[in-house]
Amino acid sequence: MKDKAQSETLLSVDNLSIGFSQYIGGLKRRTIQVIVDLNASIGHGEVVAVVGASGSGKSLLAHSILGILPGNAIMSGRMAYGGEELTAKRQAALRGKEIAFIPQSVNFLDPLLRVGKQARIGFDRKTAAARQRELFLRFGLKEKDGDLFPFELSGGMLRRTLFATCVREGVKLIIADEPTPGIHPEALNEVLTQLRQLADSGAGVMLITHDIMSALKIADRVVVIKDGRTVEVAEASAFEGQGEKLAAEYTRNLWRALPENDFDLMFAGDGGNGHVA
Amino acid sequence: MVIALRTVRALTLIVGMSVLTFALMHFSPLDPITRYVSSDPRMSPEQIEKLKIRWGLDKGPVEQYFIWAGAMLRGDFGTSRLYRTPVSDIIKGRFLMSLALMGVSWVLSGVIGYGLGALAAFKRGKTSDKVIRWFSYVLVSTPAFWLALILMLVLAVWFHLFPVGLAAPAGVLDANVTFAQRLWHLALPVMTLSVIGIANVTLHTREKMVDILNSEYVLFAKARGESSWSVFWNHGFRNSVLPAITLQFAYFSELFGGSVLAEDVFSYPGLGNMLTVAGLGGDLPLFGAIVLISGVFVFLGNLVADIVCVIVDPRIRAL
Repeated sequence: MKDKAQSETLLSVDNLSIGFSQYIGGLKRRTIQVIVDLNASIGHGEVVAVVGASGSGKSLLAHSILGILPGNAIMSGRMAYGGEELTAKRQAALRGKEIAFIPQSVNFLDPLLRVGKQARIGFDRKTAAARQRELFLRFGLKEKDGDLFPFELSGGMLRRTLFATCVREGVKLIIADEPTPGIHPEALNEVLTQLRQLADSGAGVMLITHDIMSALKIADRVVVIKDGRTVEVAEASAFEGQGEKLAAEYTRNLWRALPENDFDLMFAGDGGNGHVA
Repeated sequence: MVIALRTVRALTLIVGMSVLTFALMHFSPLDPITRYVSSDPRMSPEQIEKLKIRWGLDKGPVEQYFIWAGAMLRGDFGTSRLYRTPVSDIIKGRFLMSLALMGVSWVLSGVIGYGLGALAAFKRGKTSDKVIRWFSYVLVSTPAFWLALILMLVLAVWFHLFPVGLAAPAGVLDANVTFAQRLWHLALPVMTLSVIGIANVTLHTREKMVDILNSEYVLFAKARGESSWSVFWNHGFRNSVLPAITLQFAYFSELFGGSVLAEDVFSYPGLGNMLTVAGLGGDLPLFGAIVLISGVFVFLGNLVADIVCVIVDPRIRAL
């Protein structure tokens, strides 16, 4: 799978920088740089996890690929999709069709629209209802779940709904922005399995998360981001033991500080029984 | 429970309004007898004395109030002191006139205001947004009577496009007035009232729509490839029309206030115009009845606003 990915790159992001211009004290403007020289690439059939702490610019990466950054954002760098440059025009044509975005919370659903109807948006009017039912069944939802409003969904149902709303036939690239927090382990595994299956059927999956352990269950490669910069791009297999195979200090620390690895750094002399809630 | 609470609120509102209306009329420097006598200077002191007794003005204010309120309770609005005909007869005709004026203005200001607000939000920061906002700020600070005078001056006096006042051409029998003539006379008062009401809805809708456009669900909609029009139709309209409708119903009170001014300027024979005449003439039965009717009208407006909220928003229903 890895070889195929390297030979056939679906999406590549090179030297991406994103800043926001802001007015400070009257007419003086300054630019706040949020992402600097970020690099990432995804091949067909590959799951790439983008890992970083909150505020490290992970979501902005997703928004810039989709072309939905806010108006005051200034972007530079190069993005290519399917071998061709990913221009704003191509982004507009591709999003929702070949490029799917799976958001993180219930706030991304229209609060006043029944979820079935939301899943129908974008389909041809005549066949929309049938296709929506099909998608709901595919992602393990009942037919009558379509009549629910977003606020009535449970955590697990929400994930399934989001998948059913985003993932369409012909999707080649899936960008999942933090699809895992706040759900119980069973639903979490379900989400991960779905993403892996999508990749196995040929799509590229970008899994944006701060949960390394979950990401490693399905990822082929991991892009580690800190303060908007790429720290390291590592094979998933490099995350083992004390992290000897990892190149960057930051990644090693991140890996060893996980509760599963006994908080190696924080509680070095503690015997490792400090599981924090 | 909610219904009981609403009923209590409506009753206390009506009682409170009747007390306030009576008190204001009683302490008003305009004495009804003096006002009445000034129109007929031949009246002798004995006749005036008789009139006082007939109107109940010889009794104490508390007793007067209860006689008046008691009659109202029985559905008897009394007889107008100025017109000497039953108040209910006068109000019936006038109410329809006002209803036409306020109804048309209400719908127009709501629809136009909502449209402008939504447009401004989608074009936020651009020239059209700035023009709409500037226009709204000017309108918000424009008094209704002043706008009425300007419209009258420009459109009626200078350009003769519309009549200067009244609800029908002067000197024509009511039965012979055509529908077109009525509309033509309605135009300027309606224009005044609608234009005054637009700014309110526009500014609120713009704010609400900007919030919606910045929301995560619109971001997601864009990520799914929805166009601006699709975003408006699928998400923007549904989420913003509710506050607009609520606002428009809650706006009933200002609508009524505005209609009093507009009707006065254009001598349009509606309730508002009648209210001014009754107030200045010390005609308590007529004045009180109009005040109560307008109070109930405003109360119903707010009630409808609340009911609409519950119907449209499933989250409120779930509470």
